[in-house]
Amino acid sequence: MTVGFLMLCHTALERAAQVARFWAESGAPVVIHVDSRAPRHEVEALHRRVSDLDTISFSARHACEWGTWSLVAATIDAAQQMLDRHPEVRHVFLASGACLPLRPLAELEAYLAVHPDTDFIESVTVADVGWTVGGIDTERFTLRFPFSWRRNRRLFDGYVRLQRRFGFRRNPPAGLVPHLGSQWWCLTRRTLDDILSDPRRKEYDRYFKRVWIPDESYFQSLTRLHARCVDSRSLTLVKFDVRGKPHIFYDDHLELLRRSNCFVARKIWPRADRLYDTFLSPRPAIGTAEPDTATIGRLFDHAAERRTRGRPGLYMQSRFPRQDHENGKTAAPYSVFQGFTELFPEFCGWLSRQAAGRVHGHLFSPERVEFAGGASVGPGCLTDSLPLRDYNPRAFLTNLIWNDRSARQCFMLSPRDTQPLNWFLATDPNAQISVVTGAWAVRLFRARRPFAQIRREAARLQRLETQQLGVLRSGYVKARVRIWTLSEFVENPTEPLQTILEEVGVRNPRQLLTPPQMVDLTGFGGFLQELRNRGMQPRLMGDFPAPGGWRSPGGAVSGEGEGS
Amino acid sequence: MGAFHDLRLAIGARAKRQRLLLRAYRSRHDLAAVRDRTAAIRPDTLLLFATMRNESVRLPYFLRHYRKMGIGHFLIVDNDSTDGTAAMLAAEPDVSLWRSGASYRASRFGMDWINHLLRRYGSGHWCLTVDADELLTIPHRDTRDLRDLTGWLDARGVPMMAALMLDLYPRGALSGAVCPPGTDPATVLNWFDADNYTWEFQPRFRNISIRGGVRRRVFFADTPENAPHLHKVPLIRWNRRYAYVSSTHVALPRRLNAGFDARLSLPTGVLLHDKFLDQIIAKSRDEKLRGEHFTHAARYDGYYDALIADPVLWNADSQQMTDWRGLETLGLMSRGAWC
Repeated sequence: MTVGFLMLCHTALERAAQVARFWAESGAPVVIHVDSRAPRHEVEALHRRVSDLDTISFSARHACEWGTWSLVAATIDAAQQMLDRHPEVRHVFLASGACLPLRPLAELEAYLAVHPDTDFIESVTVADVGWTVGGIDTERFTLRFPFSWRRNRRLFDGYVRLQRRFGFRRNPPAGLVPHLGSQWWCLTRRTLDDILSDPRRKEYDRYFKRVWIPDESYFQSLTRLHARCVDSRSLTLVKFDVRGKPHIFYDDHLELLRRSNCFVARKIWPRADRLYDTFLSPRPAIGTAEPDTATIGRLFDHAAERRTRGRPGLYMQSRFPRQDHENGKTAAPYSVFQGFTELFPEFCGWLSRQAAGRVHGHLFSPERVEFAGGASVGPGCLTDSLPLRDYNPRAFLTNLIWNDRSARQCFMLSPRDTQPLNWFLATDPNAQISVVTGAWAVRLFRARRPFAQIRREAARLQRLETQQLGVLRSGYVKARVRIWTLSEFVENPTEPLQTILEEVGVRNPRQLLTPPQMVDLTGFGGFLQELRNRGMQPRLMGDFPAPGGWRSPGGAVSGEGEGS
Repeated sequence: MGAFHDLRLAIGARAKRQRLLLRAYRSRHDLAAVRDRTAAIRPDTLLLFATMRNESVRLPYFLRHYRKMGIGHFLIVDNDSTDGTAAMLAAEPDVSLWRSGASYRASRFGMDWINHLLRRYGSGHWCLTVDADELLTIPHRDTRDLRDLTGWLDARGVPMMAALMLDLYPRGALSGAVCPPGTDPATVLNWFDADNYTWEFQPRFRNISIRGGVRRRVFFADTPENAPHLHKVPLIRWNRRYAYVSSTHVALPRRLNAGFDARLSLPTGVLLHDKFLDQIIAKSRDEKLRGEHFTHAARYDGYYDALIADPVLWNADSQQMTDWRGLETLGLMSRGAWC
């Protein structure tokens, strides 16, 4: 009772020779098929390398092209030769020249001895596979593919389109249900013999000659007609990447491969000396573990997912995303406050004492970039240079949030600041935007400037804030937005402040909230009235009673200095 | 961007490429062969192309680094060195050397010469084009080299690999960054700016422009539009119809500039830029006078003055160099689908 190996070889023939020798010396017969397009001197060298082993034989050569019948034809010839010459073989294992046995042959033989009648072949109906890449799945079996995909891509695509246009279809031979699967299988002698000596084989062959990538479907479909017990999985470890190409294994995958307990893996990079040296050196056959492709699969998929989708909020050259196809606009939640510094001159200091976050001032101020603590260089070596910030404000913000993503970023905003990012902020689910509308007027109220200037500035800021509020109230908003009018807010500032703090994360949850000191708004109503009298309509502040009739809650009086 | 506009850009790019190839062909007279060992190049040899001037300090490690990465033959143009660079190069068994006394600037900073050599000797080969102060590092650098990488790219029919240029600097003042010949400059220059980079897509050549790093932070903070570009396509499987446009930042045809496009899941490299060794101070004095290094030389006087003043480029947010995994974690390099 033994297993025989078929090897389909194209390149790196010296590695194929090494592997064939390993199997033959362990007692398994090997039939090698060499692509007839391989260079003559390499083929001769291969023959020389294994000439001392009489259980290695060579089958009739075909010119192999990916995706075509030639690969199946080569397999059939090699399989026939194996069955004819080696009657002792109970299982036939199809491998390639880039395969590497990961476990001693005796372990594989022991495993097959436990499953004497099982055909190990991945074989799934077309409707159930999710892994075909390239858009042709069912149509593999219903269209014809006479043109080479490699050499005549245009003709190939054009002929597919033509057949689709005219609704051309053909049906598989009666009784045959097309199945797909990995082309690397291990079949019992009985099943393989039945497939090759099937009286209808000519009909099947004729059909599969015009199927696309028949090496993934010929044996996979025919096995279903003859097998007694199909275990629909491959004993060969193959991983495919997002583009449908097999992953290549290098020296650094040694541990991963060892832990997989698979019998054979592909593709192995020919220059991976350590892999070949390790796995082809004689070892005692002691392992009886089941092959475990799931772990290695998860590992690779996880890595691939991270590479293809990038990391949220990391805009790196090597992960250049398409606009709005990025996996997260920013790396972490952050908070934006508008109108707070006008109302509470000490707001930044208060917030950084109360909350566990990094509190920046007005990052987008027209005067300077107010990094937390007044630093001139922020995290990741971002500088406070205004031209640099304004050259690409979006990159400035996303870089900042990525660089310091372990801490929650908070920054102040105002209609006075440059605001190129309104839409970006509003459509970012990570943003939490709190706005006290009309608070900019408090700053003007406290400024000692000629009233004509103040009136002009008020009109400008009101226009800007109105535009911004339009964005924040649009249907596309994904950010968490809270908007209060100034009058609403000053009536009861504690509750909104409490909410905001909880969102940012309170430093000491048991401490009672002491709100920061609010500026004295005595006379603010009169100020607004004066604006009205000068022909400007302040709309964003809410209702403030006429002159003299209003005092701030708690009687807070604070007048010293401008906003921080 | 409309299809019509893009068609115009494509036609423009094609005309540009043909002009560049013509320039390269004409510049062949500038080059005099000193040692021509190109007969030793085999069909699968990896080639390295460079223009050098007074690089005797960096040269020994440069050659060692790239030999270890799998480069089989170096094709180098010596632009009037006076410090023995030419003699050192001529003595190496795997170097072919040309000499040129013509103007570096007039030859588009050596790119005409390089384009000519690439066309003549590079066609069909994987060609790495770098400066003497650029040391390429790639994903899996400790276990795989450029032969492994190019084999993988070949299997996918991908003709190039893009790389980010990462400016390294010392912990202290530049004058303290002394690197004895033959040692790895990264032992002296082991700090960099981790994340102050910005990218933008440039439709003209369909490349992704990257700027940032220490040079923009320190020298170009007020004129970001003059800051140096950091994207490069140093590794290309050359074809006689290809041409580099400006340094190795951009190549034509335009499809060669797609290396940073995340949708393709390609591996990218990092060019460790060891410009800021102590010699930069003396060289800046020299270059300021020669004016051979920038198209608008006067714009860069301030840059040279700042360097001559021996600045400290390091600050508390600088990142210390570890290995390729560190660069990948920071997102400066990607293994793409080359897992």
